[in-house]
Amino acid sequence: MRHLLTTDGLDLADATAVLDTADELKRTLLGREVRKLPTLRGRTVITMFYESSTRTRVSFELAGKWMSADVVNVSAGGSSVGKGESLRDTALTLAAAGADCVIVRHPASGAAHRLAGWLAEAGTSVVNAGDGTHQHPTQALLDAATLRERLGDLAGRRIAIVGDVLHSRVARSNVHLLATLGAEVVLVAPPTLLPAGVAGWPVTVSHELDAELPAVDAVMMLRVQAERMHGSYFPSAREYSISYGLSEARLRLLPEHAVVLHPGPMLRGMEIASAVADAPQAAITEQVRNGVHVRMAVLYHLLAGEEEGRGS
Amino acid sequence: MAPRPRGAAEPAAERELLSAGDVARTIARMAHQVIEKTALGAGPDAPPVLLGIPTRGTPLATRLGVRIGEFSGIAVPTGALDVTLYRDDLRRRPTRPLEQTQVPEGGIDDRVVVLVDDVLYSGRTIRAALDALRDHGRPRSVQLAVLVDRGHRELPIRADYVGKNVPTSRSEDVSVLLTEVDGRDAVLLRETGEQRR
Amino acid sequence: MSRVLIKGARCYGEGDPVDVLIADGVIAEIGSPEAAGDTEVIDARGQVLLPGFVDLHTHLREPGREDTETVESGSAAAALGGYTAVFAMANTDPVADNAVVVEHVWRRGRETGLVDVHPVGAVTVGLAGERLAELGTMARSEAGVRIFSDDGHCVADPLLMRRALEYSTSLGVLVAQHAEEPRLTVGAQAHEGERAARFGYTGWPASAEESIVARDCILARHAGARLHVCHVSTTGTVDVLSWAKERGTRVSAEVTPHHLLLTDERLATYDPVNKVNPPLRADADVERMRQALADGVLDCVATDHAPHAVQDKDCEWAAARPGMLGLQTALSIVVRTMVEPGLLDWRGVARVMSERPAEIAGLPDQGRPLAEGEPANVVLVDPEAGWTVRGTELASIAANTPYEGMRLPAVVSATLLRGRITSREGKID
Repeated sequence: MRHLLTTDGLDLADATAVLDTADELKRTLLGREVRKLPTLRGRTVITMFYESSTRTRVSFELAGKWMSADVVNVSAGGSSVGKGESLRDTALTLAAAGADCVIVRHPASGAAHRLAGWLAEAGTSVVNAGDGTHQHPTQALLDAATLRERLGDLAGRRIAIVGDVLHSRVARSNVHLLATLGAEVVLVAPPTLLPAGVAGWPVTVSHELDAELPAVDAVMMLRVQAERMHGSYFPSAREYSISYGLSEARLRLLPEHAVVLHPGPMLRGMEIASAVADAPQAAITEQVRNGVHVRMAVLYHLLAGEEEGRGS
Repeated sequence: MAPRPRGAAEPAAERELLSAGDVARTIARMAHQVIEKTALGAGPDAPPVLLGIPTRGTPLATRLGVRIGEFSGIAVPTGALDVTLYRDDLRRRPTRPLEQTQVPEGGIDDRVVVLVDDVLYSGRTIRAALDALRDHGRPRSVQLAVLVDRGHRELPIRADYVGKNVPTSRSEDVSVLLTEVDGRDAVLLRETGEQRR
Repeated sequence: MSRVLIKGARCYGEGDPVDVLIADGVIAEIGSPEAAGDTEVIDARGQVLLPGFVDLHTHLREPGREDTETVESGSAAAALGGYTAVFAMANTDPVADNAVVVEHVWRRGRETGLVDVHPVGAVTVGLAGERLAELGTMARSEAGVRIFSDDGHCVADPLLMRRALEYSTSLGVLVAQHAEEPRLTVGAQAHEGERAARFGYTGWPASAEESIVARDCILARHAGARLHVCHVSTTGTVDVLSWAKERGTRVSAEVTPHHLLLTDERLATYDPVNKVNPPLRADADVERMRQALADGVLDCVATDHAPHAVQDKDCEWAAARPGMLGLQTALSIVVRTMVEPGLLDWRGVARVMSERPAEIAGLPDQGRPLAEGEPANVVLVDPEAGWTVRGTELASIAANTPYEGMRLPAVVSATLLRGRITSREGKID
């Protein structure tokens, strides 16, 4: 594995290898006083965030530091990024400065793919930490890690993804990864928040949350961004919440073993009721915890192997 | 990126160094040596902790622990210590999958820890194990038990318990087979034709 | 004036090879004319003689972005592509919304002399879509503007579009619409469909094009005006055009070479060399474009030749400018997509690349029959030859071709403008 750009095309062997490594890292580090491994000593990891996201950046930063990599954070505010330097020039500069891995968050779909192309010669690995409305593969991996902890093997499990699928890179990443892991995915959203080409995805589509809940093993609530409230995607926050919010009443429709996920940050009272977010079914804090281990695993698989033959 | 299985046996010109019976007898002898050297049962000290280094060190440690229990009547805690994350040669090989680490309850602080591995060669695995051990606690002392010592040390490391010393050349490969992993017990010497380091 | 004798070419690829003598800017004799002493002879055995191509839709970027194309470099590209007349779009900087700018472009074209450069005037001031530009002044200027378009932007306000159409009837000029309902394409990056959904591009829905085309056909009919639809890209637009033409609406339409060949399959690359507006569509749309061009629902091929600087393409997709080079590759793409599958013969190529566009624009000396006494605006094509596209080897200053490295059929071996050789064997004469 040379880059992690998307879960679309990540095969079962690779996905499982990363998830297994994450599990083992979590077990290894559990209860230890010193949460530091020497594995990536001398390797330089640069996070490049063109969108603010404290939780994802911190998670990657901790992952790198716990494996002893030197981690440098570049944010759009405090660098030449703000001076209008092109993404390409910024990337080449960082590679020339000796980055072994660039972790990028960018508002343009495909930005991570472009970076990987520009950095091919430098041999720098690229991790997509969220590109536009395309993909956020480590989020999907940490969701899968969390689901595996609670449910075991995901083959044959049924998982509902609820909310703004149209604009969600988390949804796209999860759809492909869950399909690869053998799970059935049902997307639940109003037609306005589903992409026009959703028919080609390995999913079923529903507009009735109540009808789906009794049959699912997990429900993944997507964030509804504030700007969508004014785009006529739905009439009002109230109507959205009534139709697609995970209320306490809806929580009771879920099977007892079912897991509730949310990639955060949550809009309590909008897409998820406060009591639901704090219910035992909710695995939201586990998601955050697993995020660090999954990202450590990704860095391990990208950076710890031999350099020769890092062809794919 | 799919990890390559370690130590997978391939057919080649090979010679059996130890038979299944030899392996069992060797482990029994090593068990007696551990009992003697650690003065097991002779004082108030807690028994040693056996930590096998995956892959084949783990079942070896378990077998050694069982034998020690039979001979001494004292149960010794056994576990596993994966050293992959501490290796200094990660970038020379394809990405390795991680293996289990299982430190017995009670931990290793102020205990005698016996590291158990199948083959002692350059010593780099043991160096990584000593680093890994440090992150799990502070043992009183650390000893090393290996089924085969094939020489060619690159670091100042020696074993406290050696099942069999086997002089080898660098172009040879020593494979330990264990029932738990490989379906049978044996130690084989093979000519690989390439210089392994 | 020099004389040129084209020996052994087949006119429209039909009949027996003939010799064609060109003298004093016209086709002097077809048959077996004699070569006089000062006649330049072109050995055209096995080649096809066609009327020179006319491009209704070119961006020459002058004034404003001379780092990507100039009237001179664009004219060279046109001559090498077999064109004898091109229409230069108005979205320059400053915008060609007044007589000064259009006359400048027209004059630069005449100075260069490789192709007739006809400036397109803007419909609205600054392409802002708020008030009409001085269409009459531009039409009556030295440049004699015949086509007006806000291309790059849609004249989205229905009232303004109505007025433009009505006003155009008094001037005998043509309004060409870039059909894109802006409210439906906010942030749009790629054809709205399965691939955009999968790769996370904001969708550019077919309905944004079709709704404007339908509206404008209705407006044009009520105004008694002519309407030209730029770069048709969707199946639904073809349906609307068929309907409008059947009921007698005076509407014409163009399709670009890239919409005849390329699809949104290219989205997987995220390489903005494939970014264009309207976007590359689905496989079924491409199939329909070819059929509609063969049927005549789509009147002609226009390149939408759009040079862009490296920094405007070698970036992330959303930040890139839309558009691709087209002048030098247009014929080859038409041969690949229309001639090779048997949808058009060479007479059909002459129709969609020369005769119809000349007729739509009202050019009296272009797209004329290959007959004695007609103006010698002609192109000679080697149908058996092929070539490999290299962006840096094209005459344009910019190199943003989506066909990089592709092997394409048919080579323009010579272009003649009023009897003068403008390009020959891939070189400017």
